[in-house]
Amino acid sequence: MSATVKTAGKTAGWVDDRFTSSNFLKRNIGKVFPEHWSFMLGEIALYSFIVVMLSGVYLTLFFKPSMIELAYNGSYVPLKGVKMTEAYASTLNISFDIRGGLLMRQIHHWSALFFVAAISVHLLRVFFTGAFRKPRELNWVIGVGLLTMALLAGFAGYSLPDDLLSGTGLRIAQGIVLSLPLVGTYLSFFIFGGEFPGTDFISRLYAVHILVVPGLILALLTAHLMMVWYQKHTQFPGPGRTNDNVVGYRVLPIYMAKAGGFFFVVFGVITLISGLVTINPIWLYGPYTPDQVTAGSQPDWYIGWLEGSLRMMPNVEWVIFGYTLSWNILVPAVILPGLVFTVMAIYPWIEQWATGDKREHHLLDRPRNAPVRTSLGAMAVSFYVLLWIGGGNDLIASFFDMSINTITWFLRFAIFLVPPLVFVATKRICLGLQRRDRDKLLHGMETGNILRLPHGEFIEVHAPISDEEKAVLMAKPERTPLTMPEEIDENGVAMPGARGARLRAKLSNFYYADNIPLPTREELEAAEAHLRHEVEQAAPAMEEDRRLIPAHDGSVLHDPAIDK
Amino acid sequence: MTTHENLPATTESAEAAAIEKAAAALPAHRPRRTDVDPKAARRAERQVAAMFLGSALMTVLFVVAFVAIPVDETVYIWGFGTVNASNIALGVTFGLAILLIGTGAIHWSKKLMNEKEEIQLRHPLASSDEEREAAVEAFQTYQADSGFTQRPIIRRSLLTAMVLFPIPMVVLLRDLGPLPGEVLRETLWEPGSRIVIDPTGRPVRPSDLALGGLISAMPADLPEVQEEEGNLNARAKAAIILVRMEPQEIVSQQGDNWDYGGILAFSKICTHVGCPIALYEQRTHHLLCPCHQSTFDLADSGNVVFGPAARRLPQLPITIDPEGFLVAVDGFAEPVGPSFWERGDA
Repeated sequence: MSATVKTAGKTAGWVDDRFTSSNFLKRNIGKVFPEHWSFMLGEIALYSFIVVMLSGVYLTLFFKPSMIELAYNGSYVPLKGVKMTEAYASTLNISFDIRGGLLMRQIHHWSALFFVAAISVHLLRVFFTGAFRKPRELNWVIGVGLLTMALLAGFAGYSLPDDLLSGTGLRIAQGIVLSLPLVGTYLSFFIFGGEFPGTDFISRLYAVHILVVPGLILALLTAHLMMVWYQKHTQFPGPGRTNDNVVGYRVLPIYMAKAGGFFFVVFGVITLISGLVTINPIWLYGPYTPDQVTAGSQPDWYIGWLEGSLRMMPNVEWVIFGYTLSWNILVPAVILPGLVFTVMAIYPWIEQWATGDKREHHLLDRPRNAPVRTSLGAMAVSFYVLLWIGGGNDLIASFFDMSINTITWFLRFAIFLVPPLVFVATKRICLGLQRRDRDKLLHGMETGNILRLPHGEFIEVHAPISDEEKAVLMAKPERTPLTMPEEIDENGVAMPGARGARLRAKLSNFYYADNIPLPTREELEAAEAHLRHEVEQAAPAMEEDRRLIPAHDGSVLHDPAIDK
Repeated sequence: MTTHENLPATTESAEAAAIEKAAAALPAHRPRRTDVDPKAARRAERQVAAMFLGSALMTVLFVVAFVAIPVDETVYIWGFGTVNASNIALGVTFGLAILLIGTGAIHWSKKLMNEKEEIQLRHPLASSDEEREAAVEAFQTYQADSGFTQRPIIRRSLLTAMVLFPIPMVVLLRDLGPLPGEVLRETLWEPGSRIVIDPTGRPVRPSDLALGGLISAMPADLPEVQEEEGNLNARAKAAIILVRMEPQEIVSQQGDNWDYGGILAFSKICTHVGCPIALYEQRTHHLLCPCHQSTFDLADSGNVVFGPAARRLPQLPITIDPEGFLVAVDGFAEPVGPSFWERGDA
């Protein structure tokens, strides 16, 4: 027995003496996780969060969350003698006077950007593959909570240095708070300790940024991972993979090495980028003052969609009984994000209700096999992208030399017109892919080899698809829409709840009616017989042509059946 | 209650059969080169070790760079321009030190670790009906011991206490800030306030302002207020811009003769969400907010011509004092900055 194993055994024994942990340990180091590249997206989010935490703790050692005004006296010459808050001065200090400080600041910022980006793409993966379905609805909700917390953490973080750019972002946030009916003005005064900007806000925001939000993220993250662990990871369809099993690698050693190694890869890549690419050069912006701003001010990428919605909204404001209702701010900055996150959070139940599907799902959907869900998702993505473009309309206007008014007007219409078009197009594409899958099952794969038979007929030779591919295609779930219920029962009395049931039947039709059915067993058998016949017919000619036709991998030319 | 017709019976033999069936369907394991060729395996072993040792080397170099390179040293690197030498050296060495551990571990797992796909069964997540019933029964027995349901007076009074008990935590927040009062309607501007250039503090004569020009300005007593209060609140409301145009170009103003010889003063704070505005297009007299592109026509009462802002920019009536400097005739007639609930029409 090697020394490593002996030490590990001793430690395990020590723990087991106290916690009866051997069974637990054995079960969990032998746990099987399925593998797919897209399962790493969530890992990237987790690892960037760890990097954010590590670099963040370092920054707290040097950052001073104080709005006390002082004259800068550090080594960044252009700002020497300029009046600024201690928060900004300490951020400059971290960037210019502390060895490695700039690197850690940039690691913190880059990993925060990675964190939100990875969460977003992970969320799309989970959505488009239907991984949010029963029994994982709660984990989906926790995920949405994590996304909102990540946005909040990011915004709070880049608002802390109190430079001109971050202060401008805060001013906008305060303008949004002011627009809230009834409580807005009071809320703003409580948050900022009086008028904007006041002298309290940075230290208050600091507590939110380093304690409250990360605490919530840690709690949610723990629950998220425990649920994944307990309910076991979903897997894609494939040979041997069913709704009742997990096929993959054990935690020890493969998963441990890959996932552990991947943490170092993510950390290493973030660090390299942070060493090579400057991010948020706050020294160029100068200290915050409420009467200055630079043109082309942009928030971090994940706030861009809200910035865009603010920019696109027409200027509707009502005054009712002497009170102001600023729809031009409430709609884009409060109601829209509220709706987006609510709809996102309850989507699993919307789909469950609409389709009547209450079964457990552990086998992921290929996006094409759930065309309506996929199209809804694509529609949401196009909506988001349009808002995001709106957030950069000034940069687009100046870069392409276009009129900013035209861009904004275009977006005001596009936001209503483009997503439905995307829905229709995506659904057509999905159904087209489904038809192709069906064709592959029935006719095999096109080889591109055209043969002329002895009696003069031309045929294209098809190759049977591989067993792996066949397993994937055949795993497509059969989905039948609910039937329309009767409105009136046999006694001629109106059925109670008929309207709800009819709506549900319509929705389920909307989800499932257009799906292309899998071939039946008879169809498959007939198709196989036909393919065999084609191959037999082609065989003599193929034999002859072997000298002339270059062989392609996977074509019947290589099929051992012909060589017999 | 949920049933699990889609899940197999959980007897041991059935489980073993299910695993066997799935295993039979799995594609055959294709041996890697390192599985069949000991030379390739040794090469992979060396590669992994090289990456781990490379990482160790990078860590040493990191410490050397930390000590040796002054924090303000710059260096020119092709493709990156002039960059901070310490930052780039620390970033690259630290980054590689971390990255090489990761690539080494992954390479090891991919080339050398025994990679056999395994199959484990899922089990129904829901408990059996009997277990559920037993839990409900247990709960009912135990709660009966407390008498929670049998003694409504205790239950209701407890609920009352529990509902009220978070109130102090909200009340405690009261002193976070003062009540708004009327301060959002007030600025430093009052009759006779002298207008000075921001940031120099120099008073302005009409001749200082070129035709078509724009300057940022503030009330003369702003710097003192800031010194006393130590904050920027007054500045956030009092900032103005002065523009000069031909008097006949002025289409309308917010009050009669609020200009002085074609010089107009407007609040610099956007009525949308409060960004300062200073992008001025001389030819059209349009002022554009860089944040959300609200556009105001300064020749026409500062009215909104484009963008999300709903209200015009408040205008400040100005004239000159006996010494010939620009002063405010009066304060702003309406609140400056973003809308708020109590603002109303005023």
